[in-house]
Amino acid sequence: MQELKDRARELLADGTVKRVLGWKIGDLPYNPEPAYFETEESLKDFVYNGFCGANLSKYMIEASKLDGKTMVCLKPCDTYSFNQLMKEHRVDREKAYIAGVGCKGKLDIEKIRKQGIKAIERIEGAGICDEAETLKIQTVYGEKTCAYADAMLERCHVCKGKEHKIYDELIGESKETADADRFDEVAAIEAMSPEEKFAFFQKELSKCIRCNACRNVCPACSCRKCVFDSTKFDSSQKANVDSFEEKMFHIIRAFHVAGRCTDCGECSRVCPQGIPLHLFNRKFIKDINELYGEYQAGEDTGAKAPLTDYTFEDAEPSIVGKRG
Amino acid sequence: MSIEKKEFRPKIVAFCCNWCSYAGADLAGSSRLGYPADVKIIRVPCSCRVNPMFILRAFEKGADGVIMCGCHPGDCHYSTGNYYARRRMTLLFSMLDYIGVENGRTRVEWVSAAEGVKFSDTMNEFVEKIYSLGENVRLGDLRCRS
Amino acid sequence: MFKIAKENLAALFRMIAKNQELYLPVRTAGQVNFAAWSEDAKVDLDTLKSVKSPKDAFFPQSEGLYTVKKEGKKMKVEPENLKDQPFVVFGMKACDVKGLEVLDRVFLSDPVDTFYAARRDHGTVVALACHEPEETCFCKVFGVDAAEGAADVAAWMIEDELYWKPLTEKGDLLTETVKELLSEADEGKVEEEKEAIHRITERLPYMNLSLEGWNGDALSEKFDDPRWEELYKPCLACGTCTFVCPTCQCYDIKDYDTGRGVSRYRCWDSCMYSDFTMMAHGNNRTSQMQRFRQRFMHKLVYYPANNDGMYSCVGCGRCVEKCPAALNIVKVVKAFQNQGGEN
Repeated sequence: MQELKDRARELLADGTVKRVLGWKIGDLPYNPEPAYFETEESLKDFVYNGFCGANLSKYMIEASKLDGKTMVCLKPCDTYSFNQLMKEHRVDREKAYIAGVGCKGKLDIEKIRKQGIKAIERIEGAGICDEAETLKIQTVYGEKTCAYADAMLERCHVCKGKEHKIYDELIGESKETADADRFDEVAAIEAMSPEEKFAFFQKELSKCIRCNACRNVCPACSCRKCVFDSTKFDSSQKANVDSFEEKMFHIIRAFHVAGRCTDCGECSRVCPQGIPLHLFNRKFIKDINELYGEYQAGEDTGAKAPLTDYTFEDAEPSIVGKRG
Repeated sequence: MSIEKKEFRPKIVAFCCNWCSYAGADLAGSSRLGYPADVKIIRVPCSCRVNPMFILRAFEKGADGVIMCGCHPGDCHYSTGNYYARRRMTLLFSMLDYIGVENGRTRVEWVSAAEGVKFSDTMNEFVEKIYSLGENVRLGDLRCRS
Repeated sequence: MFKIAKENLAALFRMIAKNQELYLPVRTAGQVNFAAWSEDAKVDLDTLKSVKSPKDAFFPQSEGLYTVKKEGKKMKVEPENLKDQPFVVFGMKACDVKGLEVLDRVFLSDPVDTFYAARRDHGTVVALACHEPEETCFCKVFGVDAAEGAADVAAWMIEDELYWKPLTEKGDLLTETVKELLSEADEGKVEEEKEAIHRITERLPYMNLSLEGWNGDALSEKFDDPRWEELYKPCLACGTCTFVCPTCQCYDIKDYDTGRGVSRYRCWDSCMYSDFTMMAHGNNRTSQMQRFRQRFMHKLVYYPANNDGMYSCVGCGRCVEKCPAALNIVKVVKAFQNQGGEN
């Protein structure tokens, strides 16, 4: 982290960048917040550790409108989102100085809480340079430990790899964290009966409070005005008055980002109700891969997106239900 | 016809493209080929105009089945519209299947302006299917039912 | 003071639910929220905080107001019925109970919100003391005692027994209906538990937060402060903080076209949303900074100005836990005191 901080200081000092987009230390051991740093002095609060899960590429939409370059810290998975945003002309490459930061898997405080660890005072082992396999957590109710891997975000268990897809400079080492297949959960649901599928999604989605955190954090959801914010649209965005509305919202949202979703996992990370929203996006990704050929959004900035492309031999919609 | 069938009259929405399928429906009519009155046709400029939200919206407002008809692939008035529509509908239907909506409730059929018979057969078959599936309870807004 | 063994709680819930609706913390798909009791409901009294606050029981996220139907050439208006059956909310925490006091001042002052008033009249609240408060809690700052909720019945879960102490008339009535399951107890253990809770409370990092400078008189000074321009930046403009909050009371009224008529309902609104307080002329808060500032100014300045200095935050800490950008009211308060930095 020191290396990253020093580099940020240098770039600010020599005028290469006007500001640094990174994370500011929180007031609890696990809540650093995305922040801009404009002076070398302000960098004293800069932090980069296991709890810096936020994907900063979306903040670059706003930063692209500012004067001068912004140094942005992107983890390997975030660079996919940046590429995708570039492809959609939502961010300006010229305005970004991309520091590809190392990542050894990001932590999910909810997963730590799920293990019954509460009233947290201090966490050791979350630093980016720590080689620790376990977190030592000091709480009001005594010292607890938790395996690093058990506290990792879901998305890190199916990590796309440690390679940055776009960067100006790499700082720090990354680690492979994948230990599961990305499509296992989707395949398990596909194997259920229609009644089971319906019951599963009904149960998960009935928790939805329509806070829109999934949409607002999503780098692919970059519309200036969302259809669900339109006052002319009678399923307003504010509440699920009927159970239909939560399905409508999540299906349409997932569809709207289909072929553009890089599977960065932010939607599932931010959901206050822990709804596994990635299951929608991954279903589309899986279908696209199977029907139209392997495609990874954000891999590059050139390839045509699957839903703005076609072949004469594409499968007919009747294939649904016929596949094994 | 059984008693149950008399009680349940499905609502079926058919999105038909202006250039082929709507003309196909016309031909079915002028050829005096029947299809059930449960089918309500909505004319769209091209099958590609059908936004996935239209399909969900139809279900929300009480449709029991939604069918989309367009020109045969290769015959689109706008050259390629139906190719895009085909991918979209495939993915959408797959998603509906994934969340547990019976997959017989949605269908895509390519009907040209000369295929009045196909139009009528398709609609008869689809309506029959929806009769067998019964009322749509998984994808509707309850407020529209009362 | 009464008590009941933990293993008899199911019988207690069954008995309460026999005559009235019972809402309590239930675990569904991995998350604990207040929901109606049923035989198969997974009641979870160990989780400190439900994701959503229990204010839903009195002020639901969405509720119908009336429906309009067409009958021939006439319109028929059918108002929604007011709550007319008693119900019980079991397991609210002291902060959430205080949250009701905040809502009362809004909805029960003139003009009275009849929907809310009917629910308040018919609802009995059983507060459960916080056995193990957490680092995100700061209820003490607002004068809330985590060890005893000011509800109709106060309860404590101590080892394998639930202690039960009716505090109001409604509480006495509820106690009468379940009396056969309860046995008399003395206060000794409860006093010990209260002390233990207070000791823990003292050690929590947020509990001694200073609200110096935040009051109803600080209007222009706080409103014009340049710090808002910095503070709001990570905000995603989602509604998480407002929807998990036990005191947020803003709502929107909307019409839904059912095809045969119109159903008018109200639903929670969030000051974080771009169409919050949208009027015919447009919106009076056009930037996210203004919307962000509104939330905290309302809680810590406008509300106290109108309610004898009472803040409309109760320190439950849900926004601290749930904000996707790790922002929260504590960070805002601290930023104004220049207390940045670690812990």
